[in-house]
Amino acid sequence: MAEKGGISEVQERYARVLLAGKRAGLFCLVVSFVLYLSGWCAPHIPLARLPDYWGLPVEEYLAATGSPAGWGWLALAGHGDFMNLAGIAVLAGATVACYLSVLPLLVRGKDRSYAVIVALEVMVLLLAASGILKGAGP
Amino acid sequence: MFGTVQRMVRRSSIILVAAWLAVVCGVGVALASDGEAAAASAGVAATGAPWWVWPLLLLAVCFLLGVVSVLAGVGGGVLFVPIVGGFFPFGLDFVRGAALVMGVAGTLSAGPRLLRQGLADFRLAAPLALVASCSSMAGAMIGLVLPADVVNIALGVTILAIVVILLLSRNPEYPEVPEADALSQALRITGIYHEAATGRDIPWKVHRTPVGLLLFVAVGMIAGMFGLGAGWASTPVLNLVMGVPLKVAVSTSSFLISITGTSAAWVYINRGAVLPVLVVPSVIGVMLGARLGVRLLARAKPSSIRSVVAGLLLFSGVRALLKGLGVWN
Repeated sequence: MAEKGGISEVQERYARVLLAGKRAGLFCLVVSFVLYLSGWCAPHIPLARLPDYWGLPVEEYLAATGSPAGWGWLALAGHGDFMNLAGIAVLAGATVACYLSVLPLLVRGKDRSYAVIVALEVMVLLLAASGILKGAGP
Repeated sequence: MFGTVQRMVRRSSIILVAAWLAVVCGVGVALASDGEAAAASAGVAATGAPWWVWPLLLLAVCFLLGVVSVLAGVGGGVLFVPIVGGFFPFGLDFVRGAALVMGVAGTLSAGPRLLRQGLADFRLAAPLALVASCSSMAGAMIGLVLPADVVNIALGVTILAIVVILLLSRNPEYPEVPEADALSQALRITGIYHEAATGRDIPWKVHRTPVGLLLFVAVGMIAGMFGLGAGWASTPVLNLVMGVPLKVAVSTSSFLISITGTSAAWVYINRGAVLPVLVVPSVIGVMLGARLGVRLLARAKPSSIRSVVAGLLLFSGVRALLKGLGVWN
């Protein structure tokens, strides 16, 4: 595997994609939060009503507020509170993008064991992100 | 003279941080108690304060946690969950969800620099991250199924165990590794890092990789279940068990949290247990605090800060335990 200043090409590429993912995620998070708090994008749950719900267990919170679980929030992404989840999803998705970006390098470098490890990690992260595994509840 | 002034600054800054946290926690307890009293009479989970007080207070607390976590060398999540879970009116599910997203955001910030400096090592992290992310996902699912009082009891016990680890662990800077084990040789887990303090290049290799992998299953499980960053456990496993030099262990551990935390965070996101009004102030507060913490690092005395952190964790751990047992609600 090629090295640049003692750092492998894999590590260098991972760092580059991670930096881009972090910047994109934080930007989305801050902008959507400003839109949410400023009232530009009306929230699904009014801010003043949040204290009535935020102390509840998640299952009761979802039932009381009519909020969706899984990727159902996408349908409500126009609301300020759910818009924030886009930034959070970008941040949480950055690691998958990093892993996917280094996979071709590992395959090309015939680093089979790490190609398998990286492919398995991608599958685990995609499984987690898919919403298939979300614990008990609706 | 200069040394005396430095000592005074150091002591007063530690006292100030401890006092600030105590005041904030005190205000939190008072407001939360008001909220519970109001909730009891109104039949809803209302708090006595306007909604915006809590995110602002959370921002202030997370700023301090960011400072303290850098100075003490512990992740923000391990302080966040017991303190915010114990002294704020938010449900424990949302606190754990926020802690995981905060942990991921924090470690994503540091990750690129650590990887480029060669302090975090991808080849070391990848196999450990794979087992830990599977178990953290399982831990998150279990944590979301368990009743809040059971989670509080288990959290309290875990936090108290972390205090013991924090006070007893003596991490060697360059552990001795007589021979790399077969698995680490097969995976070519080895490296060289540049020690800026001495100007030397330090080669390193690891041993007991299978044991390390098994321990990371447990680390991931606990991290996912309680939303705790796993730095408090993964650094000792890398350093004491696998023989990774301390700086590489700390950096790789931080990088690992960005991966293991992600899989658990997705479970919380998909379960609906992530509230932006908790997450965003936490992320911003911790990141700003960590920047100040890095600046203070050169002047602070780590052992004193660790004692303050141990004290805070002890208090928060006891609070979680008593809350779970129904003794102190």
